Amino acid sequence: MVAWQKKDLLGLENLTAEEIELILSTAESFKEVTTREIKKVPALRGKTVVNLFYEPSTRTRVSFEVAAKRLSADVINIATETSSVKKGETLIDTGKNIQALKADILVVRHSASGACVTLARHLGISVINAGDGWHEHPTQALLDIFTLKEKLGKIKGLKVSIVGDIAHSRVARSNIWGLSKLGAQVTVCAPKMLIPPGIEKMGAGVTCNIDQALKDADAVNVLRMQFERDEGEAFPNQLEYFKQFGITTERLKSLKKNIVVMHPGPLNRGIEISSEVADGANSVILEQVTNGIAVRMAVLYLVSGATTK
Amino acid sequence: MKLLIKGGRIVDPANKRDEAGDILLEGARISKVAKNIRCAGAKIIDAKGKVVMPGLVDMHVHLRQPGLEDKETVATGTQAALKGGVTSVLAMPNTTPTIDCPESAELLKKIVQKSAKASVYICGAITEGRRGGKLTEISQLKAKGVIAISDDGASVDSDQLFLKAFKEAKRHKLLLICHSEDKALSRGGVVNLGFVSTRMGLRGISSESEYKRLQRDINLAQKAGAAVHIAHVSCKESVEIIRRAKEKGLQVTAETAPHYFALTEEEVVGFDTNMKMNPPLRSRADLEAVKKGLKCGIIDLIASDHAPHTENEKDIEFDRAAFGTIGLETELAVSITELVHMKILSWPELVRKLALNPAKILGIDKGTLGLGCDADLVIVSPEEEWIVNKEDIVSKSKNSAFLGKKLKGKVEYTICGGKIAYC
Repeated sequence: MVAWQKKDLLGLENLTAEEIELILSTAESFKEVTTREIKKVPALRGKTVVNLFYEPSTRTRVSFEVAAKRLSADVINIATETSSVKKGETLIDTGKNIQALKADILVVRHSASGACVTLARHLGISVINAGDGWHEHPTQALLDIFTLKEKLGKIKGLKVSIVGDIAHSRVARSNIWGLSKLGAQVTVCAPKMLIPPGIEKMGAGVTCNIDQALKDADAVNVLRMQFERDEGEAFPNQLEYFKQFGITTERLKSLKKNIVVMHPGPLNRGIEISSEVADGANSVILEQVTNGIAVRMAVLYLVSGATTK
Repeated sequence: MKLLIKGGRIVDPANKRDEAGDILLEGARISKVAKNIRCAGAKIIDAKGKVVMPGLVDMHVHLRQPGLEDKETVATGTQAALKGGVTSVLAMPNTTPTIDCPESAELLKKIVQKSAKASVYICGAITEGRRGGKLTEISQLKAKGVIAISDDGASVDSDQLFLKAFKEAKRHKLLLICHSEDKALSRGGVVNLGFVSTRMGLRGISSESEYKRLQRDINLAQKAGAAVHIAHVSCKESVEIIRRAKEKGLQVTAETAPHYFALTEEEVVGFDTNMKMNPPLRSRADLEAVKKGLKCGIIDLIASDHAPHTENEKDIEFDRAAFGTIGLETELAVSITELVHMKILSWPELVRKLALNPAKILGIDKGTLGLGCDADLVIVSPEEEWIVNKEDIVSKSKNSAFLGKKLKGKVEYTICGGKIAYC
């Protein structure tokens, strides 16, 4: 087994298959911890984890917070609306100040692609990307992969379709990198306007036909359609989207019986996924949330012990 | 003061010269060019093994004065120019205030008189504040010494207004320089649209936003019967449109910048904001087309688009970082490395692109080593390799896309107005 060497987790693009496997296997042992009555280990005792979120997030922030607490770390949450960021402090200055407060790990969510990469270059402490712009959301993809592996026993050879707004999705990008590195066959499916140029070069098949995308799929990862965007980039009509691309019981009928249905949340019921499917037997949406804790524990644990600080 | 440059390879396409020889400078003029010159009392520069050429004429430079002195000043910018072998620059008007009225042109002229270390020519704005709404008083700008007009950084959206601008430029015999970009298509973009933008999750700038506008600009120039100069050509479609326009005999000239034939969008991977410029670094195919355009004469010249920005404006999130790279100190070396050593251009062709052609297009008496001409020269070690170091940059801003890159071809001396201005 390889030893973890990276101080940061910025994305899955730059990880090897072995490094991804290491995170997944570490997560497995932490998952066991979360089933104990006392769900806490002392792995990060005396360490400080700071959640710096420039974008609203509940799920991911709470998940990181729970993960860090279960590792016995001290956790500080900074919501930028109530911080010096509002007074015009730059990203790098904020990062350096947090470093000067002797935090050990900085978990960052930012609306600009690459913000975590920029920050990590300037800081000696670990930076974990909790989602940057449309770029990457590595822990989400890792928990998706973890859940899939748990359900289907393997990743290699699986056919996984990602459906939704691929162009603006960091979840899609991280999933494509991670899944294809582990030998899965990824297909992305979206209305043509939401498929970004050259995505196939990342290792994904591309189709605009939902039935084709789902035909032999072992799993489907349904992305949130962001109709709240005001840039007119999303699909123009919600109802039409649901008709053409929505994951419904009707659609599931003709597919593999045990197809795994995933969604990174928050759900738009009746837009990208019907309620029956979201709450149905194929859905692992809430298991994803639970697994997110184990995966984030693994990531926090590994970067805190990185050998190349 | 007499300077005698001995034994260099003199490359001077204006006078059809490419041979070893000596050049004698007396005062600010070239007084003799011959095989073997003897001159008592002259300071001698041994140029054996070196290339001696006219000082570069860079017709796309942001000197940032007046108003943006934290980025660059006329003094620091022209000092950087001299280090790069550039002895004449055309200063772009996107300063604060904009060079859009006689008063601001006069202000810049005074700064130039006081502090410029190389020849500075002034480019005025096409529209007030470069906002695309109302034309500037071109005749008054011209009276203050403005030799070209451009809204560089912006494009006039209104066809009607831009047609009028071409007509006015023609009437006053001023060159109009186009920044061809349809912002309705490029808005919000920060990197070339393609695999790299997809992979990095950054908003793309399509080639279409450049070449569609470029085609319109040429059409309007044709309609007005005016000359047009296209700034910073970056993509293959633009090269093709310019080729066709030239084939039709239209008065179109075009420039590209070193980064468009030396770097591709791949450089942006890693979110290095020094690689963020507008137009953006494009694909390999675009780079090849630009090189070919230079080789076939479709692209007339190379200009740096020297765009200094402070660290505060660059060392931030990629989306928010300012567009542009500095280029004065590296343009000659990058051009030698990528074009001469790679056998795209001969030395005389290179001198045309960097000195003679821009001088002709601007209508200034530069870019030549003819007798009696201004003694602006650069002496280059063609084979010497060097690495672009941040510490060595003399421009006030350090945002070079070539930091850390190894270049082959180094400026040894820059002589400006008969004096050794850099060595």
